[in-house]
Amino acid sequence: MANITKEDILRTADLVRLELTDEEAAMYSEQITEIITFTEKINEINTDGVKPTTNGNATTNVLRKDEPVVWENREKALENAPELEERQIKVPSIMD
Amino acid sequence: MSLHNYTIKQVEQMLQNEEISATELAQLSLDQIKAVDGDVQAFLQVSEEIALEKAAKIDETKAYDKKLSAIPAGIKDNIAMNGLNLTCASKMLENFDPLYDATVIQKLSTEDALFMGKLNMDEFAMGSSTESSAFKKTRNPWNLNHVPGGSSGGSAAAVAAGEVMFSLGTDTGGSIRQPAAFCGIVGMKPTYGLVSRFGAVAMAPSLDQIGPMTRTVEDNARVLEVIAGHDKNDMTSSKEQVPAYAENLTSELKGLKIAVPKQFLGEGVSEEVKESVENALKMYELLGATVEEVNLPHLAYADAVYYIIANAEVSSSLARFDGVRFGHRSEKATDMIDMFKKSRTEGFGEEAKRRILTGSTILSGRDNFNEAYFRKAQKVRTLIANDFKAAFEHYDVIVGPTAPTAAFEFDSVVKDPLTMYMSDMLTVPVNLAGLPAISVPSGYTEEGLPLGLQIIGKHFDEQTIYRVAYAYEQATNHHKKRPSLGGAEA
Repeated sequence: MANITKEDILRTADLVRLELTDEEAAMYSEQITEIITFTEKINEINTDGVKPTTNGNATTNVLRKDEPVVWENREKALENAPELEERQIKVPSIMD
Repeated sequence: MSLHNYTIKQVEQMLQNEEISATELAQLSLDQIKAVDGDVQAFLQVSEEIALEKAAKIDETKAYDKKLSAIPAGIKDNIAMNGLNLTCASKMLENFDPLYDATVIQKLSTEDALFMGKLNMDEFAMGSSTESSAFKKTRNPWNLNHVPGGSSGGSAAAVAAGEVMFSLGTDTGGSIRQPAAFCGIVGMKPTYGLVSRFGAVAMAPSLDQIGPMTRTVEDNARVLEVIAGHDKNDMTSSKEQVPAYAENLTSELKGLKIAVPKQFLGEGVSEEVKESVENALKMYELLGATVEEVNLPHLAYADAVYYIIANAEVSSSLARFDGVRFGHRSEKATDMIDMFKKSRTEGFGEEAKRRILTGSTILSGRDNFNEAYFRKAQKVRTLIANDFKAAFEHYDVIVGPTAPTAAFEFDSVVKDPLTMYMSDMLTVPVNLAGLPAISVPSGYTEEGLPLGLQIIGKHFDEQTIYRVAYAYEQATNHHKKRPSLGGAEA
């Protein structure tokens, strides 16, 4: 039976770049343990030799020619950026 | 005149006979929105100028012969429309300006539909009640104390309230069909790959589909005809030919073989819902179909499989929201990693965070979770798809209720995530198998809340689904009732 502890949640939150208060981590730990435990009924089923379904349909490897296309909207693409400096997106420092 | 009381075909007739103009149609929609949306709260943005401008252009050329000329429509706010924000009902994208029209928008635009605005939804399409929207609560037009369903709650409510003649929703685990049932309208989730997802914000990419929501089956067929079709910009899009669904529409049911999985009428489904389905099945027998119960054993595991796969895919789909190139960026961040964390924490609501955490946990290598849950679920998904395949060798359609209950009250379920997830149990198997399915109005509870019947078809057999839905619709009067909201009367 899955037991997702508060520490598990805090560690995962760090990895997926979320900040949680202690209370939130406790709440999610309880809820997510419940959710994951609920899904464990799938262990009742024998899936030996069954191929997993990984896509919504059977289309695979849809290819196109590697040709450059003029993208008309370059200025517009930058408009959503939170901070710009001379057409470059500015972010806080990555390292000291 | 009320948009409520006419089909798309009838409105096209009126336009062509010059009994009404495109501008008048746009104005009718805008008037109804003004009259009722204060209560219903379906719209996040109303695009009055865009709509009136397009209507004026149509009236100028007097070209009223497109497939959806001047028909007022609403678009769920996870589908990109140039000129309006694409928010996904999230603070993360509150001011986001999309760079292009989604393919479905381009197709509707070519057929001269009028875009009246963007519709409210559960944040990032995750939910079954539209309560998790970061901006507002949409109310069920049939009873304002009840939810409209979700995640396409705004799309369903806007049609039910006569604000628009059709809307687009998206469906990953039932998010078109369940709100359609809760709001007493018709909602179709097409076969996976029939409708391009280019320009729709992904939730669970192996399950998502865009689909039409309308008051009648014929209207639904007309809209699907326009939005379906192969798109080179969506590599999961199918090359299947799109039939002329509306033109081919008949109600001939003789010889039709209907299967009803016993898993669809079990525990958790309310007595009123069961009764409405049983009445529908009796009606189908009168119309010449045969009805038989079937056993699809793996359906009992569909909700477990769905919540593993959907949450896992969601945690991946939402990873792109990091405050760097677009979307919310926190002002409190000290360095890059802090920026990621604060932007995501401030931008996402509770349900989004819960699903990201659940999905990431399921995918993690720790304790073999990935193999034990995600991989296992993908295998059971194959078995669920096989159950349907086997049934479709002997039957034409599979029928059951759309939702286990009618629309519930606000705040009654949202505090218990697992109970909320269970309200999807009848719709999720369809997405897992990539099949098409529709919800049609099947009656009302004693309290006057709508109920829906779900009809599931074979891959790319939307035509049969429409035929089966149409026959039922025409033989009953459920679709003729209107919520008493105020605004325009007949």
